[in-house]
Amino acid sequence: MHSDYTEKVVEIRGLKKSFDENHVLKGVDLDLFKSENLVVLGKSGSGKSVLIKLMVGLLRQDEGTIKILGKDTEKLKLKELNKLRLKIGFAFQASALYDSMTVRENLEFPLTRNIKGLTRKEINLKVEGLLDSVGLPNTINQMPAELSGGQKKRIGIARTLILEPEIMLYDEPTAGLDPTTCIDINNLINQVREEYNTSSIVITHDLTCAKVTGDRMAVLIEGQFEAVGTFDEVFTTASDPKIKSFYDYNFIK
Amino acid sequence: MSETIERNRPVISKKIDKFFVGLADAFNFVKRFFQEVWFPPYEFKEILRQCYEIGYRSLPLISLTGFIVGIVFTNQSRPSLSEFGAASWLPALISIAIIRAMGPLVTALIAAGKVGSSIGAEIGSMKVTEQIDAMEVSAINPFKYLVVTRTIATTLMIPILVLYVDFVALMGSFINVNQNELVSLSTFFVQVFEAVSFLDVFSSIIKSLVFGFTIGIVGCYKGYNSSNGTEGVGKAANASVVMSMFLIFIEELLALQIVNAIRYA
Repeated sequence: MHSDYTEKVVEIRGLKKSFDENHVLKGVDLDLFKSENLVVLGKSGSGKSVLIKLMVGLLRQDEGTIKILGKDTEKLKLKELNKLRLKIGFAFQASALYDSMTVRENLEFPLTRNIKGLTRKEINLKVEGLLDSVGLPNTINQMPAELSGGQKKRIGIARTLILEPEIMLYDEPTAGLDPTTCIDINNLINQVREEYNTSSIVITHDLTCAKVTGDRMAVLIEGQFEAVGTFDEVFTTASDPKIKSFYDYNFIK
Repeated sequence: MSETIERNRPVISKKIDKFFVGLADAFNFVKRFFQEVWFPPYEFKEILRQCYEIGYRSLPLISLTGFIVGIVFTNQSRPSLSEFGAASWLPALISIAIIRAMGPLVTALIAAGKVGSSIGAEIGSMKVTEQIDAMEVSAINPFKYLVVTRTIATTLMIPILVLYVDFVALMGSFINVNQNELVSLSTFFVQVFEAVSFLDVFSSIIKSLVFGFTIGIVGCYKGYNSSNGTEGVGKAANASVVMSMFLIFIEELLALQIVNAIRYA
């Protein structure tokens, strides 16, 4: 685990977001440092996914600022935002693989759209290399419908990695997977950080995933971060009953 | 205070609000299409793929329907014309009816059911499974890739399908006329071409372009704005068909008024 973080790649201040009467985020502050894996924990509906969707501009905040790699996302024009998006990989909860495309086409799609002038050989090399690194070289010609949940997650992560992002956002990477596949995905998240030197935000409510992948935890409860720190700082000495119950539930105490 | 006022507002007022918000939303969607269609990337490959899906894949159903319409319409018209000793006018009557109205209308309605629903369901399912969001975060313009391509494809393919249906329906009509009145193919088509004017064919093509655009943009709009999981996908597909058909009938009525105004000016 890395311990010394100085360079901020994400800086969030006073972030608020509501959907009608439902105030999801109530003034959130958060920093992500270079090469850090930050885990955002919280129960379903606590606004974890909303937080990362705001970061990539899929949603617009009501108040507050989000600075990614020094750029205030709200002040960016679409063209500039798209440039920034290329530096952010977003692994969706349900993988979001394109149903009508094979695995190869899924990986090629963002690559050929954003990087012009690549030869067929270069594209193949990149796609096959990535499938190798996520351990699924044999799925290259398969359709997403033919893959298991864990395989879909891996391909989804591979697809985001094809543009070599600096920041990875994982939305519930282990949700709906069996324990063995969860271990594989957790290892893959750590492997991605080591191989691609990415900084990551992992959204989850799975404490095992949090413990294995995260350098720091941030617990989101009722639209605000109740605790931020290492796993031990947040959970082992937790006195807040909300955080304690979260821990107890996950580890069946 | 404002929350209390909102809660106590009559249902009808909320529905009127919702209607106008929906109308503005649809208007903005169409506006966005016309803003984006002129600028690269043009996605020719995807347009071609959609043309194949929409045009070629619709041929069996369209052929069968066109052929049957030709036979049935001829058969049903014969008794009335025969009563006035005008059965020889059958080719002229049928050709005018098919080219001016039946061909475009039948093709558009079938396409609304087959193509419109499939566009609505496909884009709707992409929306609820976050595939559209995945495009957006990869800096790919999903509107351009999904909406513009499909709308261009329907706009181009429906007129071609209409011309094809006109031909197939006339062939169906010819078979019926040939069996009953012993009219040859050349005599049948000489009568057809004598009866049909340039304005008939031209207005039919223009009308079909509008029908095609309607089917594409409505299917895309309903799919793009679907929500609530798989239930929303079903609703999007259904709403695409209902809304397209409704608009096609209104457009047919308007086109009739415009063409008649030109014809009798």
